[in-house]
Amino acid sequence: MTVTIDWYVALSAILFTIGALGVLLRRNAIVVFMCIEMMLNSANLLFVAFARHLGNLDGQVLVFFVIVVAAAEVAVGLALIVTIFRTKHSINIDEINLLKG
Amino acid sequence: MGTPFIFIILAIVAIVAALMMVTSRNAVHSALWLVLNFATIAVFYVILNAPFIAMVQIIVYAGAIMVLFLFVIMLLGAERLRGATEARTGGERFHQIVAALLGVMLLAAVAVVLFSGESGGTAVTTPMDTSPQALGLNLFENYVFPFEVTGILLIVAIIGVAIFTLGKKRGAKT
Repeated sequence: MTVTIDWYVALSAILFTIGALGVLLRRNAIVVFMCIEMMLNSANLLFVAFARHLGNLDGQVLVFFVIVVAAAEVAVGLALIVTIFRTKHSINIDEINLLKG
Repeated sequence: MGTPFIFIILAIVAIVAALMMVTSRNAVHSALWLVLNFATIAVFYVILNAPFIAMVQIIVYAGAIMVLFLFVIMLLGAERLRGATEARTGGERFHQIVAALLGVMLLAAVAVVLFSGESGGTAVTTPMDTSPQALGLNLFENYVFPFEVTGILLIVAIIGVAIFTLGKKRGAKT
């Protein structure tokens, strides 16, 4: 029995599912951001696994772009959370409804 | 692509860390479980012949990004949500149903892929040059335009963060 690409696809899908469930179920905005990070990471794992599977370096280069976008997203998102916390004194995403019509 | 024994051990650690991250009530504990998850994925990168990306994962993700997370959590004192957080409102019940459906569907898709008998085939056996030099050459030969765009993205993100956090001083109190 050898480890094939299918195993990595399954692991990545499971991690992505856990992250998506966390985004839907948790109310703490910071934990929601961490779940998004984990979803991005499962996609990265699949990129690297397929780069190894196909013998192609492009997948590894794309991982860099994903990491850059994740870093920018975290910086902006945490700045948003800090700003919202200053005005509302809460980071419960159920109470952040200023944009509701 | 690794031996089954090592793969299964690492996968169990990664999945348990992810589950603990989602379920723990304290946000600091969540962040620490996420660090464990990132470290496990970095080991997967080493197994998958991507040592440079493994180092980047440790430095950027487990280092910089998670320190930023912990810094914000402790700065805000937001380890746990205050007040009645577990109110079972209609919207939350709806979220739970959607989440359960999504989880069942995705895991069913995984099961179909794994047990359909159709395999992705065997991996290539020729060794691939994954040194930082090879990665950099590929990046600057084939991906120059995306590279420049990510540079602009980082600048925009920095300016946005500066406006968010510094804008309050000049303006009136809101």
